[in-house]
Amino acid sequence: MTSLTTGLKGRSELGVALLLGAAGVVVFLDANGLVTPYSKSDPVGPKTVPFIVAGMLVVCAVLLAINVLRGGKGEAEGGEDVDLTHPADWKTVLPLAGAFVLNILLVDWAGWVISGTVLFWGSVLALGSRHFVRDGLISVALSLLTFYGFYLGLGIALPAGLLEGIL
Amino acid sequence: MDVWSSLMDGFATALTPMNFLYAVIGVILGTAVGVLPGLGPAMTVALLLPVTYALEPTSAFIMFAGIYYGGMYGGSTTSILLNTPGESSSVVTAIEGNKMAKAGRAAQALATAAIGSFVAGTIGTALLAVCAPIVVKFAVSLGAPSYFAIMVLALLAVTAVLGSSRLRGFASLGLGLAIGLVGMDSVTGQRRLTFGQPLLADGLDIVVVAVAIFAVGEALWVAAHLRRTPLHAIPVGQPWMGKSDWKRSWKPWLRGTAFGFPFGALPAGGAEIPTFLSYVTEKRLSKHPEEFGKGAIEGVAGPEAANNAAAAGTLTPMLALGLPTNATAAVMLAAFTSYGIQPGPQLFSSQGPLVWALIASLFIGNFLLLIINLPLAPLWAKLLQLPRPYLYAGILFFATLGAYSVNLQAFDLVLLLVLGALGFMMRRFGLPVLPLVLGVILGPRIEGQLRKTLQLSAGDPAGLLGEPIAVGVYVIIALILAWPFAYKLFRRNRPATAPAGGAAGLATDTDDTVHSNHHAVYSDHKEQP
Repeated sequence: MTSLTTGLKGRSELGVALLLGAAGVVVFLDANGLVTPYSKSDPVGPKTVPFIVAGMLVVCAVLLAINVLRGGKGEAEGGEDVDLTHPADWKTVLPLAGAFVLNILLVDWAGWVISGTVLFWGSVLALGSRHFVRDGLISVALSLLTFYGFYLGLGIALPAGLLEGIL
Repeated sequence: MDVWSSLMDGFATALTPMNFLYAVIGVILGTAVGVLPGLGPAMTVALLLPVTYALEPTSAFIMFAGIYYGGMYGGSTTSILLNTPGESSSVVTAIEGNKMAKAGRAAQALATAAIGSFVAGTIGTALLAVCAPIVVKFAVSLGAPSYFAIMVLALLAVTAVLGSSRLRGFASLGLGLAIGLVGMDSVTGQRRLTFGQPLLADGLDIVVVAVAIFAVGEALWVAAHLRRTPLHAIPVGQPWMGKSDWKRSWKPWLRGTAFGFPFGALPAGGAEIPTFLSYVTEKRLSKHPEEFGKGAIEGVAGPEAANNAAAAGTLTPMLALGLPTNATAAVMLAAFTSYGIQPGPQLFSSQGPLVWALIASLFIGNFLLLIINLPLAPLWAKLLQLPRPYLYAGILFFATLGAYSVNLQAFDLVLLLVLGALGFMMRRFGLPVLPLVLGVILGPRIEGQLRKTLQLSAGDPAGLLGEPIAVGVYVIIALILAWPFAYKLFRRNRPATAPAGGAAGLATDTDDTVHSNHHAVYSDHKEQP
């Protein structure tokens, strides 16, 4: 549309610089807000290191922004199952994150067996498996196994939630 | 001898039936998870950390020893059979190893990798047992100024030497240090970066951070770029070697070990440089240089040995100084601290039996690896066929379970997701994750040493230079930071010089070449149907 938008296109890495800068500012403001009387036994105080870290973050942010605007590019990480030839597939990532969020919301109330099943089932489906029934059975089995494994083997009682009394 | 009798006590502890069982479980789990694509040793240890919380420390660390070497070995199996190294340290193994496998010599490649790992791991562990007490003797004389300097050196070295972009390394380090600041200040009790959130007052649990960055970040990242046609793994039978293979392997094993251990033990450790140096050396010394690039066994034997020896070397500064230099050691350090054990020079006196049991179980783990994994190799190869949806859903499932079981707080899972998203972003934009994790772990310790130093000197900054070791370390730091500028200047003045001679020049070239090899490996894949 405008020269600004075309200039920014493909420069999503500037967002990283922005994030670094914002983190630097937050660290600085937070440390600045601390109230500490000067003490002889602790001449450095709790503020010094945050100030250094904040400075480092801001400097990195500026340098990264310059680097990116000059055409520098971070090299995306490869791996065994990573195919960088196609763009990021948000149709996989977002449902995956959704399953994760659902688990967070459910775990304390519905218990690990239910929320874990939702998490695994949702993730497998998001990642492209289409064996609905088989995946469901595997999910339930995994959740039950880990629930009892942790309880009997490690003495860690994961929440039973809605199934309290049954399990 | 003192070392000898302590080590024997260590063996006595590690060989009780229960502890031996944990070592076996550790080796099998470590290899199985290490073979799985996308899972390196660091992630393996991080994922299994919560499980070991219920064990007593000694048993837990015996299991870690097994996981540590098992994960390394599993990684090399993957790179030989799939030609896709999960970690930078296996890149070189993949070059010749996969060519051998394609030429029908997968069994020999796996055998030389396994036996070479055993040889290098055993020698490396022996060197660790001998060196660590010496380093400790030297380290107890160090005060806060020297510690501060050495820790800064380790952070800067890992950030500046490894990885392709220093700027992005420092950005990652800054984020890690900021995460490390969260929570109550240990000296004044002030709350930093908690935003009034009481759950943040104790700081972020390092297990949550490590699992988020390594496991959740990786799973999300792979999900976004999942290969639609899975790679073809080369099937393999029982690994074995003929007489000529032995003859061609044993020297590279020993030379690889000689490269690997010292590099691993340096504060800027890592296995990239020694594995590559080993590869170059073997290529130069080989009687069959024409086979290099087509599957030369020396090119697998040497780098694999270097990789494992470096892994053992890394444990020297970790145990003796409390200084982790690679991701796995960083996570193990986190494990120590979560048991209330502080690694460092005092560790050998305060937790002697535990340390020696750990070292003894490294020997045992190494041996188990050899006798368990040679016959099991065909089974591990089958693991490579695991459908990817199950694999990555499983990683998310166990990451969640692990992080949740530490405190049974849903809030930790929110942190897991947020930091996982950060890990995703870092992978997308080429920020290395190791500086971040080291920053989180070492940041608070560095701050502690800094404050102690200036407390002793009553606020006089000259106190930082109060010990000769500290001054020496600062000189090294200055050299590391100034090196690229000096190198550029040198290049500009003599543009046509061939990169020959000088050890320092070699190191930088090595770095470049490893990266370009990385590219070569991946571009190889795109051509496959």
